[in-house]
Amino acid sequence: MAATIEAERQVEEATGDYKYGFITDIETEKAPKGLSEDTIRFISAKKEEPEWLLEWRLKAFAYWQSLAAEEGEPDWAMVNYPKIDFQDIYYYAAPKSQEDRPKSLDEVDPELLATYEKLGISLDEQKVLSGVAVDVVFDSVSVATTFRETLQEAGVIFCSISEAAREYPDLMRKYLGSVVPVQDNFYAALNSAVFSDGTFVYIPKGVRCPMELSTYFRINEANTGQFERTLIIADDESYVSYLEGCTAPMRDENQLHAAVVELVIMDDAEIKYSTVQNWYPGDKDGKGGIYNFVTKRAACRGVNSKVSWTQVETGSSVTWKYPSCILQGDNSVGEFYSVAISNNYQQADTGTKMIHIGKNTSSTIISKGISAGHGQNTYRGLVKVLGGADDARNFTQCDSLLLGDQCGAHTVPYIEVKNPTAQIEHEATTSKISEDQLFYCLQRGLNTEEAVALIVNGFCRDVMQHLPMEFAVEAQKLLGISLEGSVG
Amino acid sequence: MLEIKNLHVNVGDKEILKGLDLSLRAGEVHAIMGPNGAGKSTLSYALSGREGYEVTEGTATLNGKDLLDLEADERAGEGVFLGFQYPVEIPGVSNMNFLKTAVNSIRKYRGEDEMTAVDLLKLVRSKAAELKMDPEMLKRPVNVGFSGGEKKRNEMVQMAVLDPCLAILDETDSGLDIDALKIVADGINRLRAPDKAILVITHYQRLLDYVVPDHVHVLADGRIVKSGGKELALQLEAEGYAGLGIADDAA
Repeated sequence: MAATIEAERQVEEATGDYKYGFITDIETEKAPKGLSEDTIRFISAKKEEPEWLLEWRLKAFAYWQSLAAEEGEPDWAMVNYPKIDFQDIYYYAAPKSQEDRPKSLDEVDPELLATYEKLGISLDEQKVLSGVAVDVVFDSVSVATTFRETLQEAGVIFCSISEAAREYPDLMRKYLGSVVPVQDNFYAALNSAVFSDGTFVYIPKGVRCPMELSTYFRINEANTGQFERTLIIADDESYVSYLEGCTAPMRDENQLHAAVVELVIMDDAEIKYSTVQNWYPGDKDGKGGIYNFVTKRAACRGVNSKVSWTQVETGSSVTWKYPSCILQGDNSVGEFYSVAISNNYQQADTGTKMIHIGKNTSSTIISKGISAGHGQNTYRGLVKVLGGADDARNFTQCDSLLLGDQCGAHTVPYIEVKNPTAQIEHEATTSKISEDQLFYCLQRGLNTEEAVALIVNGFCRDVMQHLPMEFAVEAQKLLGISLEGSVG
Repeated sequence: MLEIKNLHVNVGDKEILKGLDLSLRAGEVHAIMGPNGAGKSTLSYALSGREGYEVTEGTATLNGKDLLDLEADERAGEGVFLGFQYPVEIPGVSNMNFLKTAVNSIRKYRGEDEMTAVDLLKLVRSKAAELKMDPEMLKRPVNVGFSGGEKKRNEMVQMAVLDPCLAILDETDSGLDIDALKIVADGINRLRAPDKAILVITHYQRLLDYVVPDHVHVLADGRIVKSGGKELALQLEAEGYAGLGIADDAA
């Protein structure tokens, strides 16, 4: 992703070891508006990509064009938004230069700062998150450098996807698009054609990644790209915990975001992937806000492999996202824990797919949807058990919580079973925060916002406990903040 | 300490309290008895600030401060505690977390620093032990799956931890067996102190065997119709509300 490059640039500059000179050029250039083969060639050239990757992008673009011509963007999700003009979008823009950024926190939207305050984010971090120009971020530079050294010692590859295309072509060619093929869907094809940057992680055989790949981002992810591409490979008997996103609210000039995340998990390996998504949701009348169309999929290829998706989705005006698990290896395990909030005019259509292929595979789905204001929240999930998946098990629990009487909660579970030994359980509830609960909390001294936050966090507890500890506390505060003003 | 004058309260279009006067001095325990529909619960909700209970006339002050002008959470901050007839379940929120949030919200209202996690844990554990609550119950979600007696004990633990200056117990004794009744009585008696006032609202006399009130009032049709000492409760027990010429729906 752009953030990684940007961070690396800062690191390199600060350490006087600035080796990627081409980045200086990129800083001043922007791809012309609109989408064409030329745009894609421009991006690929800027990234100094090998020929095969350009070909791959162009193939994706051709497919996307055919889809766009035949059926247009997908409309099956329960979300409404104006038609997107794909020729009216910039597909490549360099990270903002120091001069373009706010000079100090005084120039940053006070509302944004107030939210940072509530989340308990330090002043230094506030500066980085809100993109304030900083000469040298002493803390994050030294921290980042330490991280890189530790990771290198363990043999973990952790770099931007552009760098991986140049430095690790064998791994990239083997795995890129192997989980989410370019023809997968409209937005996956678009992402494959124009992805700006992203993250590449390779955990070698038998290595337990010595740190959560999260703190690093927490400091550097101020300039996340619009079309991110993430590829994580966990080789045999390895483990990694990865966190993307940030509890701090993220503003972006680009309204359309379409990311692709691919995870590959080998024998006895495990990936824990946690997301806190807090993109700008639009104002209280539903104006502005990010469209977030994401394709995330994990392939559990090895025996005893395991993937766990945990997501807290509080931002974006439209979210369309189904982190999925292909349980191919025998005894493989897929988990999906999700909290999705839609307040004001936010719309979330999110869920998961669990595809059971191997024997003795098991999956767990815990989904908590919270709707407030005029928000619409849809759980859409598929549990599919193929003929060869003997003794597959799934447990699904979908709970919806409504605040107020203008919002909506919808549950659309699909179950397809082709093996009689499968055990599938599905539980679903819909409830409201009762006036009794609110008054009980108020009488004990909590104000309305504290009461709503407490009740909602209780509702989400089964999911929140799967977040890495350091983010759980902030994510709890975030739930309360996201629902401010929704009651009373 | 608590002064209620000419209190009129509507629920919807219906007037339930029709000019209620009541005065509690610090250190006193008052019992309010009365038939169903007399306005007992309305009084407790109006004092604690529940929405939907509209005061149309009269005043209520606590230590000279106008209660009726405050939101429910602000009244809690001023030291008003309501023991519920039907304590509410909050799934996923542990008793401990609930108490921590409540204590710190009240401290914030009073301009005090948050209590440290260690001090809070000590306080809650000691109050739970005094009221013979299994410490494991503190980890369980608030009132979820609790028996009737456990819920009432939980109310008493909350009351002990929050240490209010005015406690209103709204039929906290209803539907309890004798052991649970003793727990509630124990909780109330432990709170008794020269600087606190307690208002026990009950339909039956039996709680008053364990919590001996300083004053007993009879509430009927939205007003206090008779006041006396603890012997008034016994008289009611012997003669019923009919003995005072009051219709009792529950009789």
